[in-house]
Amino acid sequence: MMTNLSPVVDATSKIQVRNLNFYYGKYLALKNINLDIATNKVTAFIGPSGCGKSTLLRTFNRMYDLYPGQHATGEILLDGVNALAPKTDLFKLRARVGMVFQKPTPFPMSIYENIAFGVRLYEKLGKSAMDDRVEWALQQAALWNEVKDKLKQSGMSLSGGQQQRLCIARAIAVKPEVVLLDEPASALDPISTLKIEELIYELKKHYTIAIVTHNMQQAARVSDYTAFMYLGEMVEFGDTNTIFTNPSKKQTEDYITGRYG
Amino acid sequence: MDWRYLRRRTVNIINLTASVLATVFGLFWLLWILWTTVSYGISAVDWTLFQQSTPAPGETGGLANAIVGSLIMVGLATAIGTPIGILAGTYLAEYGGRTFISGTIRFINDILLSAPSIIIGLFVYELVVVRVGNFSALAGALALAIIMLPVVIRTTEEMLRLVPSTLREAALALGAPRWKMVTLVTYRAALSGILTGVLLAVARIAGETAPLLFTALNNQFWSTDLTRPMANLPVVIFQFAMSPYAEWHALAWAGSLLITLSVLALSIFARILLRKARMEQ
Repeated sequence: MMTNLSPVVDATSKIQVRNLNFYYGKYLALKNINLDIATNKVTAFIGPSGCGKSTLLRTFNRMYDLYPGQHATGEILLDGVNALAPKTDLFKLRARVGMVFQKPTPFPMSIYENIAFGVRLYEKLGKSAMDDRVEWALQQAALWNEVKDKLKQSGMSLSGGQQQRLCIARAIAVKPEVVLLDEPASALDPISTLKIEELIYELKKHYTIAIVTHNMQQAARVSDYTAFMYLGEMVEFGDTNTIFTNPSKKQTEDYITGRYG
Repeated sequence: MDWRYLRRRTVNIINLTASVLATVFGLFWLLWILWTTVSYGISAVDWTLFQQSTPAPGETGGLANAIVGSLIMVGLATAIGTPIGILAGTYLAEYGGRTFISGTIRFINDILLSAPSIIIGLFVYELVVVRVGNFSALAGALALAIIMLPVVIRTTEEMLRLVPSTLREAALALGAPRWKMVTLVTYRAALSGILTGVLLAVARIAGETAPLLFTALNNQFWSTDLTRPMANLPVVIFQFAMSPYAEWHALAWAGSLLITLSVLALSIFARILLRKARMEQ
């Protein structure tokens, strides 16, 4: 079933996944995954619950490292350098590959401090430079107008949709190259979801985006490329139009048309 | 059909009555104790209580030395027990996980939590008092710190565990090192809960008598020397209540009232903090 993808460096791909296997203890959760994630495009991962799409996303910034017993084999090349190599500096990797989670995760501090927290990890900015950075990040996340008068308020006082945009701003503030979105809108109402989707559309001008979603319309709306996964395998990967209008695999077609999953 | 319904109602009424009675039974003694303490204690509370030291039999006096002694020793015990307890609780919640060593620490901590305080008094007596050669406030503070420690460890761990793991992942996903995640994010999220644990631990040691009998003992005179025996409310209450003198009895009641009120105040404050902590989560 696997086409032979030789690890040729494609100039337009930011991340290249090669022969990736992922284990929860002894359980093989990702089976020989190969794919390229294009620079400054949106790549969506769809598939039924438990198919491994979130697991795959969490290998890109090595989130799994936190948990003993989880490990990956194969290669994830970020600009041609293997992020899975043991000597990888995880702090630098995570500065380059930001992540936003399913549930909004504002820190228990002010809106301003939420943004500044990440920036301070990498840069020593003066007061006015930090103010500028916070404003810039909030503007990028389309939140500035709503919060500019209450930057000192707790980040937890915001609505769910605002909290999620705050988390996106926080991820962007450290100026990453890749932004991973793990079902960023699944806990939000339709209007907040729409705002997040518009935001993703804006963000891809500057960032490479990988998004996991359960919502197929969302994948069709926001992404340039779509990967359909099932039971830990990459069933089909291609440009979003083709996947949604003319999938080559029966499984993909069944899933997209809602016959299972 | 009907008899089933009737049976359910009857069982419900019986159970409800039984549990209400049990509650009333429990509360009755508590209120009686409070009432006795207040009614006997309040008459002995006046300004001299805070101004004069414990008197010789037949003379008038107050509890100033015992109040200050208790404050010093409880304060010192808190200063020793809190940082160690918070650090140990942090280890268990944030670093130890489910490893063998943290399981062992947790188990031993639970034993320490329920260890009779007199055993801890004897332990410090053997460890410090016997070797140094005299009773001292330092030994008293040490015994109190050991009693306080498991309470702080336990609550710190539990409060940190209440912090959702997604918050930790969010901090680490930004590239924060673990210690920054703990100190800047999870501590902040669990702050009121941890403070509550410390307050409850302070309330617990404020009234401890047995460990102080073996360590700080008592001092009839004003003393703030940490290397000498020091007066303290629980031991003064113990000695004065056992004495045959009416003035001493009155002072013992006054001391009981002071301890009861301060523990009550601490508990109420802790509850307010805890409610705040719950609301934040």
